[in-house]
Amino acid sequence: MSANSKWVQLAVLAGIMLVLPVFFPSGYYYRVGALVYVNALSVIGLVILIGYAGQISLGHAGFAGIGAYACALAPVHLGIHPALAVLLGAVISGVLAILIGRPILRLKGYYLAVATLGFGILVSMVLSNERGLTGGPDGMAVPDLGLRQVLRGMGLKLSGGEFWYIANALVLLVAIWIALNLFHSATGRAMRALHGSETAARTVGIDVARYKLQAFVISAVYASVAGSLLALQNGFITPDVAGFMHSVEMVTMAVLGGVGSVLGATLGAAILTLLPQVLTVLADYEQLVLGLIMILVMIFLPLGLLPSIAARIRWRGV
Amino acid sequence: MAILEINGLGISFGGLRAVNDVSFSVKPGEIVSVIGPNGAGKTTLFNMISGVYLPSDGEVKLNGENVTAKAPHLLAEKGLTRTFQNLQIFQEMTVLENVLAGFHLSVRPSILSDLLSLPGAKRRSAEAREKAMAFLEKVRLANAAEEEAGNLSYGALKRLEIARALAVGPKVLLLDEPAAGCNAVETEEIDELIAELAQSGIAILLVEHDMKMVMRISNHIVVLDHGEKIAEGTPEAVSKNPDVIAAYLGAEEEPAHADG
Ligand SMILES: Nc1ncnc2c1ncn2[C@@H]1O[C@H](COP(=O)(O)OP(=O)(O)O)[C@@H](O)[C@H]1O
Ligand SMILES: [Mg+2]
Repeated sequence: MSANSKWVQLAVLAGIMLVLPVFFPSGYYYRVGALVYVNALSVIGLVILIGYAGQISLGHAGFAGIGAYACALAPVHLGIHPALAVLLGAVISGVLAILIGRPILRLKGYYLAVATLGFGILVSMVLSNERGLTGGPDGMAVPDLGLRQVLRGMGLKLSGGEFWYIANALVLLVAIWIALNLFHSATGRAMRALHGSETAARTVGIDVARYKLQAFVISAVYASVAGSLLALQNGFITPDVAGFMHSVEMVTMAVLGGVGSVLGATLGAAILTLLPQVLTVLADYEQLVLGLIMILVMIFLPLGLLPSIAARIRWRGV
Repeated sequence: MAILEINGLGISFGGLRAVNDVSFSVKPGEIVSVIGPNGAGKTTLFNMISGVYLPSDGEVKLNGENVTAKAPHLLAEKGLTRTFQNLQIFQEMTVLENVLAGFHLSVRPSILSDLLSLPGAKRRSAEAREKAMAFLEKVRLANAAEEEAGNLSYGALKRLEIARALAVGPKVLLLDEPAAGCNAVETEEIDELIAELAQSGIAILLVEHDMKMVMRISNHIVVLDHGEKIAEGTPEAVSKNPDVIAAYLGAEEEPAHADG
């Protein structure tokens, strides 16, 4: 059952990704779509950390910042290709996640929230203050990935929006495939088990610290790659990518869609990415409306949108 | 030779001496029961043996090796596991997944092959799945395998905990009130299952309130009162022991003061 549902979910999502552009009124919407997918990518990392392993992070934008600035800095200073810089950023984020995860994952609940919060703030402060390297709060340019030119050489002409829409969709599909693999694997079960009861998890031989750390590292790598893609597609980056608001946005997307559900998280990312675009008419009240929606969802659909809806449908169906 | 040896185990919570100087041992295939009034320290004793609490005094030996205060997951690797009086179920996982989690040590997951769903990982999971179903049959939960564990009745969850513990492949199994909240039929089933497990060579340490069950299946009984071991011996010897009778009568006469 599980393996089938994995491929069904992936096929449905790929279908939606393929069909959506038909409804795009202008090329601009490819950009919006690409942004949805990038946000979904980091949110799925959080689904693994929060939804599977039950650990919170309010500083994951820090890893997105590392991924983003790796792409901005490494090609210039180390002379490596931007694609390799994505990898480099992911490795740095992963190693950093191991180093800080070891001590702080011993903390629970709000202590862990505050510790991760501190990490995120630290990264964004470093990015803001190292003006010589990062350009400070004004941000800096990010070199082009160059893949679009290669494709053009092969006779495939894509606009920037189209290219990033496709690229991010593909990366997201792979990321979801990995997350679903993990969910149904022994490692994923160990993470979900310690989420349910750390005491019981230990008594069946699960090294709780180890699996918390694995979830933390995986989610850090997801955030890092998302940050890299964001930087590359925008061609410009500011320390805001690592800021507290971005961390909160990521957690909010995950919780809104359903933190235990990979597809739910994608839906949450889509809604919270699109809503500001729709709400621009409300200008000053945008934040207010967003906050209100969040409160209502948490009160009436505490599991998040998708799982709550799924539960209702099943309940009526039986 | 004893597989589990407890020597002078004790623990204090602030001023409260919850368990004091308790010693006994369990041999492979033996069922040793720990009895005593509510608050006597039975669960606390289990928590110390299974590494959940750090004892203030004494030692726990497993197969002759000192394992006092070893982390529970390391004890599980050495073949000691337990169930819980207050259920510790992975609520949001299915019944089958709960038991599969019990196979964690034998599956030895590798993160990379799990992320990429490589054939080796899939094969090991499939093997565990088959064995897990066999354990679910044993506790008569095979029909509920795909249900979310949180939806099961109390008695069913008690049996699920046993199946999960069996998946660990224990040599020593601590059962904390496995029949609590179960009806007469379920109790009898658990009773038979425990006897069968002991017969297969597992050393069983049992806490149970159902005295008929305890007297019927135990080889040896340890009696705790106010954290102290007040008697031990065969079921007949213990049931005739005047200290034991007094402890139980005392507890019934003034239950409000029993816990101190
Ligand atoms: N973590 C703890 N902190 C403080 N007191 C505890 C703790 N665990 C158990 N106790 C106390 O130890 C005593 C023994 O409790 P317990 O072992 O649960 O008894 P039993 O299982 O025999 O009913 C009780 O007085 C209980 O309140
Ligand atoms: Mg107890």
